[in-house]
Amino acid sequence: MSNTIISLRDIVVEFDGQRVLEGLNLDIHDKEFVTFLGPSGCGKTTTLRIIGGFVDPKEGDVFFEGKRINDLPPHKRHVNTVFQRYALFPHLNVFENIAFGLRIQKRPEPEVKERVSEMLALVNLKGYEKRNVNLLSGGQQQRVAIARALVNHPRVLLLDEPLGALDLKLRKEMQTELKRIQKSTGITFIYVTHDQEEALTMSDTVVVMNDGDIQQIGTPEDIYNEPKNAFVADFIGESNIIDGIMLRDCFVEFAGAQFVCVDKGFAPSEPVDVVIRPEDVKVVPEGEGQLSGMVESVTFKGVHFEMSVTVYGQEWLIHSTQSQEVGSVIGMRLNPEDIHIMKKMEETL
Amino acid sequence: MKTKHSSLFTLPYLIWSLIFIIVPMGLVVLFAFTTESGQFTLDYVSQVGEYTNVLIRSVWLAAIATVICLLIGYPLAFIMSRMPGFQQQTMLMLIMLPMWMNFLLRTYAWMTILEKNGLLNKLLGLVGLGPFDMINTQGAVVLGMVYNYLPFMILPLYSIMTKIDNRTIEAAQDLGANTKNVFLRIVIPMSMPGISTGITMVFVPSVSTFIISRMLGGGGNLLIGDLIDLQFLGNAYNPHLGSAISLVLMVLILLCMSLLNQFNGDEEREGMLL
Repeated sequence: MSNTIISLRDIVVEFDGQRVLEGLNLDIHDKEFVTFLGPSGCGKTTTLRIIGGFVDPKEGDVFFEGKRINDLPPHKRHVNTVFQRYALFPHLNVFENIAFGLRIQKRPEPEVKERVSEMLALVNLKGYEKRNVNLLSGGQQQRVAIARALVNHPRVLLLDEPLGALDLKLRKEMQTELKRIQKSTGITFIYVTHDQEEALTMSDTVVVMNDGDIQQIGTPEDIYNEPKNAFVADFIGESNIIDGIMLRDCFVEFAGAQFVCVDKGFAPSEPVDVVIRPEDVKVVPEGEGQLSGMVESVTFKGVHFEMSVTVYGQEWLIHSTQSQEVGSVIGMRLNPEDIHIMKKMEETL
Repeated sequence: MKTKHSSLFTLPYLIWSLIFIIVPMGLVVLFAFTTESGQFTLDYVSQVGEYTNVLIRSVWLAAIATVICLLIGYPLAFIMSRMPGFQQQTMLMLIMLPMWMNFLLRTYAWMTILEKNGLLNKLLGLVGLGPFDMINTQGAVVLGMVYNYLPFMILPLYSIMTKIDNRTIEAAQDLGANTKNVFLRIVIPMSMPGISTGITMVFVPSVSTFIISRMLGGGGNLLIGDLIDLQFLGNAYNPHLGSAISLVLMVLILLCMSLLNQFNGDEEREGMLL
């Protein structure tokens, strides 16, 4: 791709002899909103810190616009970071925090004033110039941190779980806000989070990581609808993962029944993971379904009921707008395209 | 917020400070401005003027010692604050260790090192240098001050620097600051309260010391402390003049400290001593 801005090649990182990243390869395209998504300890923050220049990979190369930047110290890189818990400068007020990068570059005072107020407008903090940053709310500190990082006009903005410390409502607000800022500035955003919903809402591209390796790269729709393996399926939203056997192309057996599906390319009688989203199971009267199961529990979740149903000895999660009697037996149907077949993972999760 | 309870709890401290701080200070002032028969006089205070050279020397040597302590202590405190936890504890221990030994003993040790026939001159003699006059010089006095009071500089600096989050430094680097800028714009401003405390903790005991100057400075480098000591315990027994000198010294220290505070922003008073 011609518009690749950052490339990571065969990156290996070790902390105290423990491998954090093992041979990671990744291309990040210009002007994209990219999210690194994964459970804690999966190496996503480390990957971000490699790009920022705070972690030296043991092996592998980091390229920025085609130039190798492994040996470039953080202060010479055209990337800026919004740190976890912000790391604002406590001895400077809001204006001087944002102006920091410009002061380092010894920009003339009128330019500093203009660019800082531009940033304050961008993050909706006009009139806060003289405020003490220690007395701001979490959301306001967050905005200062974003403005401080953006004032240098970086090519890439790195965000390390920036919304982690905010409450749910504020987090939703900031998600929209960040997306708006990314669109209006045209800066590449690389965003680290463990919150799958956040990743799906904001990103152009999601990079799902686990155990120091990339599991899948794709658009939010791809990742959700076509998870590559059971880990991705399970991590992105809730899933039922069932053992199955691929009888032949587009024909699979699981839960004691046989189904037509859309996946092919497996060996005959290969054991596979079958992933079914809870909302893809259609509940029908007993006897009319392809499967039947006993309702174990029903929980009201607002827009739907979440039911736990025992099917062929295994617990399934099913979402339905209609409640069922606990202890009753229901029938279930599945569309061929809602049956996702995945290669068995080598290790159990 | 003052409640009845809090004022009750502060009472013992108030009584304590009244008896041991306010009253003695009052007595010093009283003695300085009265004659033996109890009449008001300015004689003693004006007599202090005769010792201007001693006053200047005391402030000068204490200032040099303070600057040297800051120059040695600051980088050390910073390096310590970035070490892994275990190493930090070890370093702290090593810095505190000499303080467990008696102050007099430590200063005596320096006498035997710096003497004409002392350890250092003998060592230098082996390589054909010297002997040098090291004891009974102003340099020796400054050395004694630095040696004895260096921990008082390092500890407040170290304690404030451990509060500087590594991410704050990384944030500065991320925004384009090189090492020089990180120090000038982040570390030094953020450690300002520690700097003022350290300066105070080194300068005040240095300017009023009398043991160090007597043992390492010989008779020729009298400091204010020696002067006061002479008036109370020495041959020149005169508590009125002694009080007058003490009072002048106190005012002098206050002046120096308020000068120091001028360099500090108003917001950064927390953690400071004065």
